[in-house]
Amino acid sequence: MSEEKIVLKGRKVADGCVEAEAIVTKGYISGWGGIDPRKGTFIDVRDPLYGQKFAGKVLVFRGAKGSSGWSTQFHEAKIMGNAPAAIIFEVTTTKAALGTIISRVPAVTDLDQKPTEVIETGDWVKVDGTNGIVEVIKKKK
Amino acid sequence: MKLTDDEKAMLDGEHGLTVQKAMELQVRYGTALGAERFVNITNALGGYQLESVADWPCDKSIPSVFAQLGLDSDEIVPAPCAKVPFYYNQAYMDPKYYPIWNRNKTDYDRFMEHEEFMTGTGMNLIYSCTPYLCGNLPAKGEHLAWMESSAIVYANSVLGARTNTEGCESAYSAMLTGKTPYWGYHMPENRFGDHLVVVETDIETEEDWGLLGYYVGCMVQERIPVLRIEPKNLTSDKLKHFGAAAASGGGVEMYHIPGVTPEAYDEATAFGPNKPINTFKFGKEEKRWTYEKLNVTGKSTDVDFIVLGCPHYSVNQLWQVFNKMKGKKVKDGIEFWVFVPRQIQFLAERSGILQPLLAAGVKVMSDGCPCMGRCRPEGTNVVATDSAKQAHYLPNMTGLQTLYGSLDECINAAVTGKWEGRLK
Repeated sequence: MSEEKIVLKGRKVADGCVEAEAIVTKGYISGWGGIDPRKGTFIDVRDPLYGQKFAGKVLVFRGAKGSSGWSTQFHEAKIMGNAPAAIIFEVTTTKAALGTIISRVPAVTDLDQKPTEVIETGDWVKVDGTNGIVEVIKKKK
Repeated sequence: MKLTDDEKAMLDGEHGLTVQKAMELQVRYGTALGAERFVNITNALGGYQLESVADWPCDKSIPSVFAQLGLDSDEIVPAPCAKVPFYYNQAYMDPKYYPIWNRNKTDYDRFMEHEEFMTGTGMNLIYSCTPYLCGNLPAKGEHLAWMESSAIVYANSVLGARTNTEGCESAYSAMLTGKTPYWGYHMPENRFGDHLVVVETDIETEEDWGLLGYYVGCMVQERIPVLRIEPKNLTSDKLKHFGAAAASGGGVEMYHIPGVTPEAYDEATAFGPNKPINTFKFGKEEKRWTYEKLNVTGKSTDVDFIVLGCPHYSVNQLWQVFNKMKGKKVKDGIEFWVFVPRQIQFLAERSGILQPLLAAGVKVMSDGCPCMGRCRPEGTNVVATDSAKQAHYLPNMTGLQTLYGSLDECINAAVTGKWEGRLK
């Protein structure tokens, strides 16, 4: 049985190295009104991620949208023990950058391939924030 | 990031632990953005929601909440002292009216304890989303660190000041260091338009501007729209409403109206080196689509709650309510709430427009809004509002059926209990 490993290279957002299962969206996510910090889940009923858990997972998303309370919601998730394990995003904005650093988890952006296309929910992902490297082991189909 | 000597001194703790924690956060933040340096700012705007910490599994004292949500510091820091003026955003209730916000005396006491913590620190306690109505009116080119989407889009677009969308941690840190990363909207090359909106229907009333703003937000998300429009009877209140709607339907942080806004002498200046990524029109059909989208949850026409003043009303807008309520009374059983900054309440009282409104059954409030407080007055089911922003958030935050319309329609509903709104 061979395991396919894909390596992506990018830019550090926050230091550290961790591996976990991925949750992925090609969309933009809201903080305030988009997540429940107490459950570590997505709560926007109009979004395909609705009801899914991000706590303890590698959160891979296109970008951040919505209220300037974005970071506060992820900050509360961290305080409640529900931070993602690591963060990967494509579009850098102040909301995504601040929400990521206060989560205090390894994070990477500006990767050489689109992470929301290479990585699928359920893949096993190692995020090396310090060196800006992401390793993906595809989920067995 | 490249740090100047004074920034290095802050980071090394020479200005005390509070400033050191703030600078540590800002260096991490600037690095995450890919910023190369900081820029000096003239003031900051922000605030956290104190009521949400009730079930935290850690120290919930006010200094601890400030250290965590204000600075992302695990360590409690000495009381803050603002380097540049800070303006405190709207809160989760009007403490003067706490029982009808479904809050108790303990909530009230904690609110006041937090207020005491902030006093004398250089924080201006406006408790408002409209700092520009409260004496904080930046000039073109001023660098700021603001939270609150409706204020950010107003500062960038209408005033020509420069701010990104900050969060609690970055806004409080900016207050303590007087710095923010030189990135995004602080850089002139990032302020040109990239979408063109051709407006093909008359836009005149505040209701029209709300519909146009919400549609533009839905279409461009976080990009920079340029409006091709000939505004009629334009006022700053209409631009305030437009920006708030655009920042709710999407995440618009800056727009241009050639001939009106300060960085758009004409369409060519608004776009600068950019070509429009997309061009779309706003005509009767788009107006109807937006009206229906905003009113999608409003099934019943039996209104029992009216919300005006999102963003917080100016005194001109409150005066309009005063004029339209002359000789009228709010129907029994209806909650009619109007929001203005507290200093505008004082002005309205002194000018003799507050007392008649209170006597007519209108509750003129300050300090918050129903969305921030996730507040639904007891027994209410259907809310009417003249704010596209409030109409966007209220159904999600409170579960109320929500109707969007003009000020006249809202006042009619307050007096009769019936919604007779229609698309004009």
